Amino acid sequence: MEPILKPFIEQKAPPQQSTGLVAWLRENFFSSWFNTLVTIILLWLIYQVGGFIINWAFINANWVGDSAKSCPNVDGACWAFVTERWRLFVYGLYPKELYWRVNVFYGLGLLTIIAFVFSFGAYTKKFRLTMFIGFPIAAYIFLVGGVFDLQHISPESFGGLLLTVVIATVGIFGSIPLGLILALGRTSDLKVISKVCTYFIEFWRGVPHIAVIVMFVALLPIFIPDGNKIDIVVRAFIAFAAFNSAYMAEVFRGGLQSIPAGQFEASKAIGLSYWKMMGYIILPQAIRNSVPALVNTCISIFKETTIVLLIGFSDFLGIIQLSLEDPKWLGPPHIFSSAYVFAALIYFALAYGMSKYSLRLENRSNVDQH
Amino acid sequence: MSEEPVILFEKVNKWFGDFHVLRDIDLSVAKGERIVICGPSGSGKSTMIRCINRLEENQQGRIVVQGIELTDDLKNIDSIRSEVGMVFQSFNLFPHMTVLDNLVIGQHLVRRLPKAEAEEIAMTYLERVKIADQAEKFPGQLSGGQQQRVAIARSLCMKPKIMLFDEVTSALDPEMVKEVLDVMVDLANEGMTMLVVTHEMGFARTVADRVIFMDEGQIIEENTPDAFFDNPASERAQNFIGQVLHHL
Ligand SMILES: Nc1ncnc2c1ncn2[C@@H]1O[C@H](COP(=O)(O)OP(=O)(O)OP(=O)(O)O)[C@@H](O)[C@H]1O
Ligand SMILES: [Mg+2]
Repeated sequence: MEPILKPFIEQKAPPQQSTGLVAWLRENFFSSWFNTLVTIILLWLIYQVGGFIINWAFINANWVGDSAKSCPNVDGACWAFVTERWRLFVYGLYPKELYWRVNVFYGLGLLTIIAFVFSFGAYTKKFRLTMFIGFPIAAYIFLVGGVFDLQHISPESFGGLLLTVVIATVGIFGSIPLGLILALGRTSDLKVISKVCTYFIEFWRGVPHIAVIVMFVALLPIFIPDGNKIDIVVRAFIAFAAFNSAYMAEVFRGGLQSIPAGQFEASKAIGLSYWKMMGYIILPQAIRNSVPALVNTCISIFKETTIVLLIGFSDFLGIIQLSLEDPKWLGPPHIFSSAYVFAALIYFALAYGMSKYSLRLENRSNVDQH
Repeated sequence: MSEEPVILFEKVNKWFGDFHVLRDIDLSVAKGERIVICGPSGSGKSTMIRCINRLEENQQGRIVVQGIELTDDLKNIDSIRSEVGMVFQSFNLFPHMTVLDNLVIGQHLVRRLPKAEAEEIAMTYLERVKIADQAEKFPGQLSGGQQQRVAIARSLCMKPKIMLFDEVTSALDPEMVKEVLDVMVDLANEGMTMLVVTHEMGFARTVADRVIFMDEGQIIEENTPDAFFDNPASERAQNFIGQVLHHL
């Protein structure tokens, strides 16, 4: 049988023998004159760099203000730029009095993440399915509105983190089901279906994404006139979901290929139909095996949202860049660096969260199988 | 035989690409008959019995199982698979489900029994293969012999009329072979129609009504186990038995 099961009990290093902190320090950092030298150099470096960071980010930082003049100290960060503009970064051009709708969207997004990160016993599956289907629908209702007496807001006014999260949501929630269907199609016994899916996947994987976005947005209106700006957003969304579904399809195909042929044969032998075999036996195992690659793809979808800059929309990074061009904030380069450090921190926090989640899932699925 | 055969092969031929894997197979199995199939590696034993539940497709000839002719018609395939159970060399239990769920899933999804009833039936079969105390474990936590007994119970839960066994003991450590063979002997004593691919001569002698010897995609010889093992007619069978005996 294929070794698809990991060892039941994790292997651990033998217990530490050393007695107390001093012994431990000596053993790990000062065991020879060379190690001692390396330790001292590293400590000195940490002291220097750490000191610089603390000075720059906290002690010398400029915290409040409304223009470049508020950041006179060039040896410190200019957080004033961030504190003055954060609403723009987070809500884009969404109307101020309707910020609550964006907050509901963020809240639901968080709830969705919670549903997938934590376990809720017997309710876990139902909760996850509800959020997976419900979240995109609710997101549309609250953000775009136009139903239930909610004022219609054009997606054109999305921007900043809101736009980043919306595009990522469309990319992820659109490409997962589409990718799964494509992967099933590609591995199907029916030659026609398999060929069509293969060409579709290879096409989207083959063309550069920038070209796709530009083509969808710039070239389509030539063939279909009177396209307005809203259509452009929707088109960008479709393009984004389409090429990411090709990547997701390959992720799921990898998962499907990791399932030994015996699983298919045993399912058929007890009389399961194709869909029951897939739904109950193959996909639960295949999806589990796909999780690490799937989260990787989600992270790159998330980072790639910035591609919409090309067609005149400002996602999180874009809106920060735009704000930096505001004459009020033209000034010494430390404003620039502060802004980009801030952007990097936010991107890092989100991507780090996602990869931590994938590690957790990997560990948990190992436990589940026993 | 007065009764209609439960399995009938007529001039069955099969190719894998250019490779002629089954050649003019004629075979007729009566209800309750126990047949042991043996032969050198690559002779087409697995392929032949996998044709019975359509895990493999034949390109020429006719296969009739329980009066139903195997065609591309999905309905026929489904009804044949519900009559024919199969146990594999590599167990093929579903690793993401408990032992109990491995037995329940088919009953629930194919025989459409309510969960509670399916669980009850599952437990009686687990008791029969003497493994009821492991019902809540996952397959990965069981020994090979235990897994194979679960796999047999999983097949039996579907109430098949015919059971196919494909070298079910060859992946097992020697000390586990007996516990699996015992289960199969019990099954044979209850009158199940069985086709067993195995090189376990002891099993063949005690259980089989007939031994079929295959080589290079053909049925070379058919006889009672004692006649076959003591006095093989063909040279190929003589060589084969010599090797197997030597190996044991
Ligand atoms: N899916 C396949 N595609 C191509 N060739 C195959 C396939 N399955 C089996 N074969 C070939 O067909 C021949 C018969 O295979 P089969 O598994 O039926 O032999 P066997 O008698 O069961 O042998 P063993 O004792 O090793 O299990 C072998 O030569 C094998 O390589
Ligand atoms: Mg075989």
